[in-house]
This record gives sequence, C-alpha cells and structure tokens, in this order.
Amino acid sequence: MFEYAPAPESRSVVDIAPSYGLFIDGQFEPGAGSFKTVNPASEEVLTEVALAGPDDVERAVAAARSAFEPWSALPGSERAKYLFRIARIIQERSRELAVLESLDNGKPIRESRDVDLPLVAAHFFYYAGWADKLRYAGFGTDPRPLGVAAQVIPWNFPLLMLAWKVAPALATGNTVVLKPAETTPLSALFFADICRQADLPAGVVNILTGAGDTGRTLVEHPGVDKVAFTGSTEVGRQIARSVAGTRKRLTLELGGKAANIVFDDAPIDQAVEGIVNGIFFNQGHVCCAGSRLLVQESVFDEVLESLKRRMATLRVGDPLDKNTDVGAINSAEQLERIRTLSDAGSQEGAERWSPPCELPSQGFWFAPTVFTGVTQAHRIAREEIFGPVLSVLTFRTPAEAIEKANNTPYGLSAGIWSDKGSRILAVADKLRAGVVWANTFNKFDPTSPFGGYKESGYGREGGRHGLEAYLA
Amino acid sequence: MAVKAAATAWRRTLPETTRLSVRKTYKLFIGGKFPRSESGRTYLVDGDNVALASRKDARDAVVAARKAQPGWAGATAYNRGQVLYRIAEMLEARREEFIARGVSEPEVNAAVDRWVWYAGWSDKIAQVHGSVNPVAGPYFNISAPEPTGVVAVVAPESFLGLVSVIAPAIVTSNTVVVLTGLPQAAITLAEVIATSDVPAGVINILTGDAAGNAPWLASHDDVNALDLTGVTNPELATELERGAAGSLKRVLRPPAEGIDSAAEPGLQPMTALLETKTVWHPKGF
Repeated sequence: MFEYAPAPESRSVVDIAPSYGLFIDGQFEPGAGSFKTVNPASEEVLTEVALAGPDDVERAVAAARSAFEPWSALPGSERAKYLFRIARIIQERSRELAVLESLDNGKPIRESRDVDLPLVAAHFFYYAGWADKLRYAGFGTDPRPLGVAAQVIPWNFPLLMLAWKVAPALATGNTVVLKPAETTPLSALFFADICRQADLPAGVVNILTGAGDTGRTLVEHPGVDKVAFTGSTEVGRQIARSVAGTRKRLTLELGGKAANIVFDDAPIDQAVEGIVNGIFFNQGHVCCAGSRLLVQESVFDEVLESLKRRMATLRVGDPLDKNTDVGAINSAEQLERIRTLSDAGSQEGAERWSPPCELPSQGFWFAPTVFTGVTQAHRIAREEIFGPVLSVLTFRTPAEAIEKANNTPYGLSAGIWSDKGSRILAVADKLRAGVVWANTFNKFDPTSPFGGYKESGYGREGGRHGLEAYLA
Repeated sequence: MAVKAAATAWRRTLPETTRLSVRKTYKLFIGGKFPRSESGRTYLVDGDNVALASRKDARDAVVAARKAQPGWAGATAYNRGQVLYRIAEMLEARREEFIARGVSEPEVNAAVDRWVWYAGWSDKIAQVHGSVNPVAGPYFNISAPEPTGVVAVVAPESFLGLVSVIAPAIVTSNTVVVLTGLPQAAITLAEVIATSDVPAGVINILTGDAAGNAPWLASHDDVNALDLTGVTNPELATELERGAAGSLKRVLRPPAEGIDSAAEPGLQPMTALLETKTVWHPKGF
C-alpha cells in the first residue's frame, strides 16, 4: 500500500466571525442566549451563535408572514431569478462553503466539495426553473403556496438539507423560517449572507439557530402553515402529534435501516465499493445508509474477505485532508450512541471487526466497523446507529432476502446488487422503501424524489413530487 | 279429516295478496364473509337490528385487510379496473334496493358513476403521478406510485360519501377497513362488492359506533393510513390524528370546507394513499 503525504485544504478561504446572530427579516440580531459550535475533528470552538428563544421565534414567524404576501404575489419568473442568483452565488462560493461544512460537521472535504456543494447548487437551479411553471406540474391549474414554512433540518448534510427544504418552498411562493441543527449552524448562517447578497427581500428566509426547544417552539407556532422536518423518527412522532388538530401541512423525512442486498451473481468488486459507499459515506451519518448488508450465503466468504481488504484501505482522519475517506463523528453525543449500540452488538453475540487504524487523540472518532453473525433480533440489525457500523446478515433465496429487507419499521432506502436486470426489477418491486438503488448506492439528484415508507416518514423531497409539499 | 278441514279453514282466512317478507340480517363484512360482531352486540336502526362492531372486529378486519393487500397489489392494473367497473355494474343492477332504503335516486346514480370514474384510474394514476427523472448521470431513474398498504377509513354519513372514500383507496391497490354509521346501505354495498370479484379482505366494513372504534384503528401498528374524511367532531379528529402519530400513519384530515361528495374528486384522494418509490438503475454497455 502507498503512503499518502498530508494534503490539507486551506482553511483560509473561510472567514468565520467570532459570533453570529439570528437572521430575522433580513438582519442579524441577537437572540435570547448563545451557544458554541465546535469542530468535531479537534473540539476547537469555531464560533458562538445566538440561541433563539420564544420571542425570537415570534419575530421570525411574523417577518416571514409579512414577507409572504409580496413574495407570493411576485411573478414566478421573478422568484425564479432570485433562486437562480442564489444557485450561482453558491457555485461561486462553493470552495468556501465546502471548507466551512467540513469544519463544522467533520465530513471529509472530498465529500463536501464533490457531493454536498454541487448538489446544493443543482437543487437551487432545479427548483428555480419550476417557479414560473407550477401550473404545468400536475397539481391543478392554479396551485397556491401555503404561507409560512417552518423547517427543521439535521446535522448530517447541513447545507444540502437546507437546500432540499428552502429551494422548493421559495419556488412555490412560500416564505421560510429554518432552524439548522444545534451542532452545525454555520452553513445556514452563511446561507443567510448569500440571501442578502442575492438581494432576496427581507423576511423571505429567516434562520433561527438553537437546540430542540427552539425547533419545538417553531413547529408548534400557530402562525406556521407548513412544517418540514428531517431527523429522528422519535422527534418526527412528536411533531406529528403536535400538528394534530391544526391545519398545518406536514412532511417528515426520518430514520432508516436500509438493506443492501448482494446476490451471488453480483459483480463483487463493484458491490464491495457500493457496500463501503453505502455505510461509510459521511461516517454513516446518513438516514438512507446501507446499514444492513444482506449477502447471499454462497458468496458470503468472498464478499467479506474483499470488504475487509477494502476497509483496511479507508483513511480515517483530518476532514480537511483531501485524501481522507472517513471524517469525524459529528458530536460527542453521537459518538456515545454509536459506542452504546456497537457494544450491544458485541454483547448480543455478533462478531465485531475493524481494520487497524490510528484515530486522532483530539475530537470524536469511530473506526469503520463491521459485525458478522448478526441476527434480525439484534439491536444492531433493528436500530438506526447513524455511524460507520455495518451489520451483516445472510440469505439463501430472493424471497428470504426480501422478507429480511422488509423486516423493519423503517422504509427509506435499499440496495440491490445483481447482474440480472429482471431480478433487480422484481426485487425492487417487492421492497417497501422509497428509494431503491440497483448496482449503486447513495446517489442523489435534484430531479429524483426522495423519502420514506412506513416509519421513515412521509412526503417526498426532490423532483416534481417535491413541489407537492408546498402547494395547496 | 277434521284436521284437514281445520287447516283449510286457516288458509282461507289469509288475504290472497299478502306475503310475509323475508327480512335481511345486517351483519359485518370482514374477509369476504358476513360475520356477526364477535361481541354479539347489535343496535336498532330504522327497525333493523344491525351489528355493532367491537374492537376485536376492528382487529380482525385489519388482519383480513393485511392478508389481502399483497395479492390485490399484485393484480394487474387492468384487472383492478375491471373489478371496479364490475362493482358499478352490480350497483347499477341494485339501484332500487338503495332507493328503497332511503338513498335518493340521484345519489345512487352518482355513486355508480363514481365507481366507473375510479375504475378508469387503475391503469392511469401511475402515468399521471409517476415520472422518469433526468438525473445527472448514466442511470435510468423512475418514480412510480405504490399503495401505502392498509387504510382505515371513517366514512362520511352518506352513501355517495361512503363510495367516495372506498373507491380511491382500493383503485390504488390499498385494502381498507371502513367504519360507517350507515349500516343498511353499507352492508348492501358489501353485497354488491361480494358479487363483483373483489378479493376477500380488500374491503372490510364495520358498522356501528365509528367514534368508539376509530381510536383502535388510529393506534393500530399494522394500519398504514387513516382517512378521517367522515369525522365531524374536531376533537375526535385531533385525538385520532394524535393516535396515528405513534406509527407515523398517513392521515387524511376531515376537509376544512366540509364534504362535497358531488364534486369531481380530483387526484388527491388517490395520491394521499400512495407512496412514491424511486428506482435507480445504471445504464451501460
């Protein structure tokens, strides 16, 4: 194996201010308090951001409400131009935003640069084009916006999740109050600056940083017409309960425990790349991660040997190093959860393996891990770990693979590896999951609808389908 | 001889034109059968003792609906359309029976027409609601609608309303458990359904106290969606929606503007009960 010299991306492209306010009605304003955001790779404090309290939520919703009428009255072609402007500015500032995202989130720069940022810009471009074509989208001849959208997003793809929420909301003429995750507020605050740069009218986008309480106050605010949430299934349930009896529309993108099914005729090397991408991409902090590997018994030894060999070449470390494959775990809290569930895997009798790898002494780290001898009853086969931990199960027949794949309350995504097209399509038909990847995994595109079955939530983001959540 | 003479005398006392009618027993409709409520309870509606469904009946109906769902979804769209059209045919033939039970003639006619309208959607909704997505890469990417699964329905208190909640759910390959307070019309509709080649368990009808049984279905973990169109009490609607949150059911709230069953339904009653599955398949030589 070759040794790599460090190839760090320069931090100097990002200028992080010592503190940030809330973005309300086009201005940065102080909040009820403040909290620190850290670089999970070093535990270094990056900056201090405002904590939005109930009064701040009140002001932000009021700002979004008064911006709604003029914004929704704009010709679609004008709204489109604002979104195109935003998309262009994101492209122009993509290097800065990629470094910022890796600093605040811990994800490898290779991913923030090559996956997150291009998709963010593409998402704004895609929905920009819809703004003046909504009557052709299939939701009636006079589709209307809903009003004020409250949007709460997770920490795993901070800016991409913002784009998935904000772009369709604005294209359809809604205004937005968005709360980024507590541990990754920075790219949303930079986005606020991009809105100003684009001369977006004040109040159309408002950003409230804070923790769970801020999010709860926001989604429960009576002045909100639409709630969009991406995050855990448990919080999703609470939100579904809280909007009961209101006229608020709700879409939820929640947890997953995806099966990645490898049949005996699969191209093994390609499948192993897909398995690795499926579970170690973004440190496994992916709701649609392929966290349950189902391997046909006859190729189990071959797949496992090849997988372990490949895992041994994964480079874990500095997120800003361009050679890094697996970055830092986003927070101490998440690291603790991954450890707890992995320990449960060992205690329940599964066999644990990680490649030898040296983890940095500062920051939050977890080595890529694979469990074999996993049964469907094990916690690591049932619960979402949201980390670089793969559970391997086996099957003999396609029917058994389908049965095991669907044996979960989740239904977000699945993968199928086979050389036989008819088998892929037949199995895809039977899987109860919103996204099925055949001979690939973790692919995203603004034109491609994404969202779950069952307890993985409801509603779709992306594509023509993604407009529906924001139209009456 | 004396005995015979007495019998003849008895017969002679009957007026020539009257006949004692055979009454119908209105039971439940679960898994293609017409069982009594397992609770043994009935209640009186317009002179009929009709079945009062219990919590156990609701659970049995969910089991029947779950069992029937894969087969119904596995039928071809063409076949499902034929079955729905057959319901329209059978309903047309029994119009008089509904009219005699107090459903107005225009409403029965509209109900027949609604089955015909939905029958035609069976092989079109996927084309209207699905898409091929031009992703930036060498992939065939297709989004197609699939049924959400088992749908529990609180039906509106009108015959056309009842048809208007069942038809969109089943044409999209879901199976249903329907709670209705219109026992005679609903069970007569079940007789129509039972003679229309609808597989057993696809439509299950529980008569009785919808408000009492709905919470069991709202919180039932094996129900995928909850249609509250017929709930008129806002507090009950809120309680049911809360109950549905436990297993993240799709919830159709009661319409804010009230029910207008006469209007053309549009796509929403169908799309609300559909999941979109997106499949990525690589292209390559």
